[in-house]
Amino acid sequence: MAFRLPTAGTRSAIPVGLLLLLGFAAPLVAIVAYSFATPRSFDVFTSFTLENYAGIFDVENTVWLSFLWSGLFALATVVLLAIFAYPIAYGLNRVFGRWSSLVSILFVFPLFVSENVRLYGWVLFFIKNGVLDGSLKAFGFEGGPDVLFTPGMILAGMLYTYLPFMLFPMTLGLAMVPGDLIDAARDLGAGRFQIWREIELPLAMPGILIGMLLTFVLGIGAIAEAKILGGQSVIVIAHDIEIAFTYSQNWPLGSALAVVITGFIAVLTLAVFGRLDLDRLLGRR
Amino acid sequence: MSDDAKKPKPILQLVGVRKTFGDFVAVDRIDLDVRQGEFLTIVGPSGSGKTTLLRMLAGMDVPSEGNITLHGELINDVPPNKRPTCLVFQSLALFPHKTVGDNIEFPLKVRGVDKETRKARALELMRVVRLPESYHGKNVMKCSGGEKQRVALARALAYDPEVLFFDEPLSAIDYKLKKVLEKELKDLHRETGKTFIYITHSLEEAMVMSDRIGVMRAGRLVQVGTPEQIYAEPADRFVSEFVGEVNVIEVARGADGAWTGVDLPGTYRITPPKDTAAERAFVVVRPEFMRLLAEGEGADNCLEGKIYNEYSLGSRLQYQVHVGQKVMLVEVPRGRLAPLQIDATVRLGFDARDAIVVGN
Repeated sequence: MAFRLPTAGTRSAIPVGLLLLLGFAAPLVAIVAYSFATPRSFDVFTSFTLENYAGIFDVENTVWLSFLWSGLFALATVVLLAIFAYPIAYGLNRVFGRWSSLVSILFVFPLFVSENVRLYGWVLFFIKNGVLDGSLKAFGFEGGPDVLFTPGMILAGMLYTYLPFMLFPMTLGLAMVPGDLIDAARDLGAGRFQIWREIELPLAMPGILIGMLLTFVLGIGAIAEAKILGGQSVIVIAHDIEIAFTYSQNWPLGSALAVVITGFIAVLTLAVFGRLDLDRLLGRR
Repeated sequence: MSDDAKKPKPILQLVGVRKTFGDFVAVDRIDLDVRQGEFLTIVGPSGSGKTTLLRMLAGMDVPSEGNITLHGELINDVPPNKRPTCLVFQSLALFPHKTVGDNIEFPLKVRGVDKETRKARALELMRVVRLPESYHGKNVMKCSGGEKQRVALARALAYDPEVLFFDEPLSAIDYKLKKVLEKELKDLHRETGKTFIYITHSLEEAMVMSDRIGVMRAGRLVQVGTPEQIYAEPADRFVSEFVGEVNVIEVARGADGAWTGVDLPGTYRITPPKDTAAERAFVVVRPEFMRLLAEGEGADNCLEGKIYNEYSLGSRLQYQVHVGQKVMLVEVPRGRLAPLQIDATVRLGFDARDAIVVGN
């Protein structure tokens, strides 16, 4: 017989393969193609120009400010979340005991509510004559602080939104440190700090790095926090891309911006995963 | 004890040590003197509390009651990193992200010893535990089971402890290598002159290495003695059964004061138990002391049974003999007897001096 039915494995992979092809690969190809199209046109696949990229890297263009803001927000989110999440992850592993699952659920719970709804909740809380300001005034105080629509508020919103994405990989990372090793290090004379630096931190590093990468990638693509909590006081790169695709109807520019940011994240991801030798860290070889 | 005077001073002393977890008593009122420089093994089945005992000695658990003293100083609450003791874990607990050398140097590094001194000491210790010098930079997870043992040992020695604890470190090692490592460990004990406290569930392992053996059962230390004492004078039936395959015959005092087997017809002449009030006792006879009696040959105690099966133990042959409802084991050197037929009726005998009479 000339025609042979593919194996069961191949056949099972067909639906998800089609989905990825249509839902992931095709749009990506379209975006890359658009980024080389004539600016302000829809001549995809029929025109080729580097003008869009030239425009982005032109020093006259202020789009670098958006990149900078997104990068700074993402970096600050990663650093602060690493500091906040570590003690919680440590607690979930070694202190909270049977309360651990309850604490985990409490941290996951906000994820069940749409991000936009939660952020608008913050706006209602902090806005002039809102929950905080209004209540304080009603009790005869000065009124709440004017923190809404500032970069600090955007950062606070990002920390709040992305905490679980740092916390859970980190918790898993710490869970991978065998208790025996901590006991052994202590028995061999190490103090608390030495155990942390020599044993706990390096062994939990895969989880910590994955958490950092996850929050960085989410942070650099974040848009809702800047739009809602920042009230457009700061334009982040994702917002620029949105504007290009909507108001200005300049799909080629939006695509070029998207390709640049995607390329940046891809390089970063590969660099981190290259450094992150999971097999060695897990002691498998 | 008669040899009190020449007995070395205890380095570690346990008085009434007890450890409970909720209602569960893991270790129950243990008194023990560990002598300076001895190789002491604590043996017991799993769940007998030996690991808990060791963890208290190492400082990882605090006793619920009782005192542990080191050189006469109370160390109940002294944390492990402040004790001059070191534990070799069952899992070995090697640091997987460090090289062989960095593992061994760890206790020196945390003490702030400089790099060159550390490396020199590590190489010296690697010689002691018979690891090739080239292993210094090797990934510790790439070492074989036996090599990992040596790394763990060298790392413990680098701490320079006065007492070394071992929590069944050889349990995951194959038989042949285990035999080699047991002897090496005993040699190392001799070379270092340190006090070794070893924990295992295998009395065989304990016999090879130890100066003294303590047998634990259900949280209690049942007997402490030299391997000879444990073998020849087990304190009770549990210890005797722990030593190896034995024949245990329950005996009772009859109305006439003579001791005979319970539900086991035969002729008996048994040394009465030390406890003169006891009505029942157990007679323990090792398979090698149980004899197959020839026609007309006699013994202090005689039983009649049927051969059920024959097992080859290398230099010896073991026979399973059914006597009434009971099973007896007899061992004879290979080639000593004419081949025996399965199901043949035989007479078994043992002399009173070869039998050990114990309480429960």
